[in-house]
Amino acid sequence: MKKDLVIIGGGPAGLAAAAAAREAGVEDLVVLERDQRLGGILNQCIHNGFGLHTFKEELTGPEYAGRYIEKAAALGISCRLNTMVVDLAAEGSVKKVTVMNREEGLYEIRARAVILAMGCRERPRGALNIPGYRPAGIYTAGTAQRYVNMEGRMPGREVVVLGSGDIGLIMARRMTLEGAKVKLVAELMPYSGGLKRNIVQCLDDFGIPLKLSHTVVDIKGKERVESVTVAQVDEDSKPIPGTEEEVACDTLLLSCGLIPENELSESLGTAMNPATGGPLVDESLETDREGVFACGNVLHVHDLVDYVSEEAASAGRNAAAYLQGRLAEKGREIPIRAENGVRYTVPASIDIGRMGETQTVRFRVSGMFRDAAVEVACGGQVLKHIDRRVLAPGEMEQIILKKSELEKTAQAGDPKEISVCVRT
Amino acid sequence: MADKKEFVCIRCPLGCGITVETSDGEIKSITGNTCPRGADYVTGELTDPRRTVTSLVRVRGGEMPVVSVKTAADIPKDKIFDCIRELKGIELSPPVHMGDVILEDVCGTGVNVVATADVR
Repeated sequence: MKKDLVIIGGGPAGLAAAAAAREAGVEDLVVLERDQRLGGILNQCIHNGFGLHTFKEELTGPEYAGRYIEKAAALGISCRLNTMVVDLAAEGSVKKVTVMNREEGLYEIRARAVILAMGCRERPRGALNIPGYRPAGIYTAGTAQRYVNMEGRMPGREVVVLGSGDIGLIMARRMTLEGAKVKLVAELMPYSGGLKRNIVQCLDDFGIPLKLSHTVVDIKGKERVESVTVAQVDEDSKPIPGTEEEVACDTLLLSCGLIPENELSESLGTAMNPATGGPLVDESLETDREGVFACGNVLHVHDLVDYVSEEAASAGRNAAAYLQGRLAEKGREIPIRAENGVRYTVPASIDIGRMGETQTVRFRVSGMFRDAAVEVACGGQVLKHIDRRVLAPGEMEQIILKKSELEKTAQAGDPKEISVCVRT
Repeated sequence: MADKKEFVCIRCPLGCGITVETSDGEIKSITGNTCPRGADYVTGELTDPRRTVTSLVRVRGGEMPVVSVKTAADIPKDKIFDCIRELKGIELSPPVHMGDVILEDVCGTGVNVVATADVR
């Protein structure tokens, strides 16, 4: 089978990318989704707070997904469900997508362009090195969310949450509403990685304590979790002896970070960014493999789905431009260096010749900063200096660079790099 | 009676810690906020705190055993658990469509509970 464009993943990123590509004139495209329905993780995120930027109203996850599913249907986009991509390889400029489903078995789609939109996964217990037994009752927050919200089952009655990522906070509220007792949320860092509104509305509203600079040092129980031991940690995240406290519970939920799911990107051999766990992309969201674009949580973990949709639409438009021969050849890529408090940037480089009139650069900071500024410099010149009252690792930041500004510095000399940093 | 309450404003990522002093339920002073939205937020939280409630309702014989629902508007915060309890007693039959009214005037709030997903 041949296709102009294959989009891997039918979550918010894949759907927005597909819609934008179709609207830009790509007729021959397909979305491949391994689940039995479109919408990805939004289907289990039944809480509200989605879409404030995109639709100017507060939607729940399924409703937000529904908007894009309807749009894809209205545009006549073909979406294959229960269909899993098992391998991705390149043969010259052709991308070979190996696909499997129950009806057709294993087959190959030869695509001119591919958009990676596989999303991310939760960091599992195995990656956390928590000592103790391995009884039943330990779940990632997202797994518990699926049990409760999709299958209508309660994973436990007395709960401790490790990690204060947004899914953990949301699940602390969800389990409380379903009648469980959430004893506490322990966070290793001295600040939460979750959104402020979730701390207030999911923990404070229900009197659930958030213990910052705390972690789980032991899990007790052989068949089922019976208790966990929580201890305070020092600046090096090492448990402080004497601060241990045993908390009786039957369930431990883990909300300790998300990891972009890039097995396919890696089998294709795309260059990866160790800071994001996602592919390195240029201003067009194109990876170092020609005609392969990436967007959404597979590229870098977002805080708000609205930004996923925006980024994915841009990847869809760029893939369309590539297929229609409108995307300029790669020229001189200026790398963007993330330094001093900036963990990474997406894109990781900008080609002035290929960029649009403006370029959104998204990034995350590595710690809490107050009364700081974000500074962008290029060729010895400060392009932007934006004062910020607060910068937090839990919230994604963005700056918008103008083509005209970058052209001016490029004319003055040949800039080696663009730097983005936090000034305190 | 004089009282002091602490809030974290959620109107923007700044997250100002705001202290409100009240006397016999009347707001005497609001400190710690950097903008008027902070004062607005804590006033709302003190006089009439409201939340959108999202939960699940059982569906018998559908492709899914539950359907997600929400209150179509914010309801008083102290009615959250009553709202959840009322929803526990309901059992639906498929099909359920996004936007269907599942329960009218939940807990006498005048707010309807609507489905937020489809179940066939």
